[in-house]
Amino acid sequence: MRIRGVELGVGIFMLVGAFSLAVLAINVSGLGLSKQEGSYKVYALFENVGGLTARSKVSMSGVTIGQVSDIHIDPERLMAVVEIEMNGDVDYLTVDSSASILTAGLLGEKYIGITTGADDEVLKEGGYIEDTQSSLVLEELIGKFLFNKASE
Amino acid sequence: MQPVLDSIALLGRSGLDKIAAIGRSGMILAHAIVARPDPVQSFPLLIRQLYSVGVQSMIIIIVSGLFIGMVLALQGYTILVDYGTEQAVGQMVALSLVRELAPVVAALLFAGRAGSALTAEIGLMKTTEQLSSMEMIGVDPLRRIIAPRFWAGFISLPILTMIFSAVGIWGGMLVGVDWLGIYEGSFWANMQNSVDFFDDVVNGLIKAQVFGLVVTWVAVFQGYDSIPTSEGISQATTKTVVYSSLAILGLDFIMTALMFGDF
Repeated sequence: MRIRGVELGVGIFMLVGAFSLAVLAINVSGLGLSKQEGSYKVYALFENVGGLTARSKVSMSGVTIGQVSDIHIDPERLMAVVEIEMNGDVDYLTVDSSASILTAGLLGEKYIGITTGADDEVLKEGGYIEDTQSSLVLEELIGKFLFNKASE
Repeated sequence: MQPVLDSIALLGRSGLDKIAAIGRSGMILAHAIVARPDPVQSFPLLIRQLYSVGVQSMIIIIVSGLFIGMVLALQGYTILVDYGTEQAVGQMVALSLVRELAPVVAALLFAGRAGSALTAEIGLMKTTEQLSSMEMIGVDPLRRIIAPRFWAGFISLPILTMIFSAVGIWGGMLVGVDWLGIYEGSFWANMQNSVDFFDDVVNGLIKAQVFGLVVTWVAVFQGYDSIPTSEGISQATTKTVVYSSLAILGLDFIMTALMFGDF
């Protein structure tokens, strides 16, 4: 009887541990059980990505439709290339869609907002978003403001 | 001249003793890991040790996890509410627990609760010559006594750490959401946005695994290597708690620098 109680205790201990791991994975870190399938990649060139990082959100009308998977410099055009992983079910982005780097709240994280255009063709794997708007850099804004003030 | 030479010789001897002790501890570790377990015989032994090392540490882990989570939420709230960002309490509680507090505090509690008990038990076995009687009848004490205790500690601490994190976050939610009235949706959403499973949760578990190895290694070695007197056991138990606490805090800094530092 004694050894049975010990075995039960150890079993409960293991189960509680496994349950905690599940809570940490799903509830705390928001790890999806299934990896997003059939995602495709599109690219966008920006003058300045200021603060955007890999795994930043990509959203349209406030709904997340993908994430940034990589950022690097295009050595020929000397601009930042942002590689975006769009969810597989997003098949309505026209080739004249525009992408802009926005900020969530005053001090929040950077994300990419997408607005669709009117073209009939849609973006495919490897496509480029041509119409982009870079991140607002506070120093440049202040500089412009001062310059305008001085010229008045 | 003679006293000076004597003191130098003493210094050298104590240095050699320390190095020999490190060597002995390495041999015990190797023996405990390499010793091929006999599944029929050693599995019940392991279960019994898991019970006394892991299950009986659960109460202290759950209670301290709950209170640490609650305190974190309370302290975080009083600071963050000034900036109107009290929704970030969830993310603060979860990140600090999962990355740092759960592995470190659980390991410190584990060293005090289970490590010292292991040392005292093995030390008393040595003092009452149970270990040498085992050798006399042809049972390897390292395999029969040390190995199951070592594995039990190694397996238990990561599990205890996960329980600590989960209970702590639940405690933080109790205080933050139910008591202080943070909106529940943004509490969880902020947490899920900022906590990454592999970068944060898995790294915390790697820390816990290393601490589990170090704490049980120190505990088992100090017990096995203790001076077989009642005074020797008390010294060994003290050394277990002191050495493993220092090792936990030192290793934690090194591992944090490796995992989360930008270099």
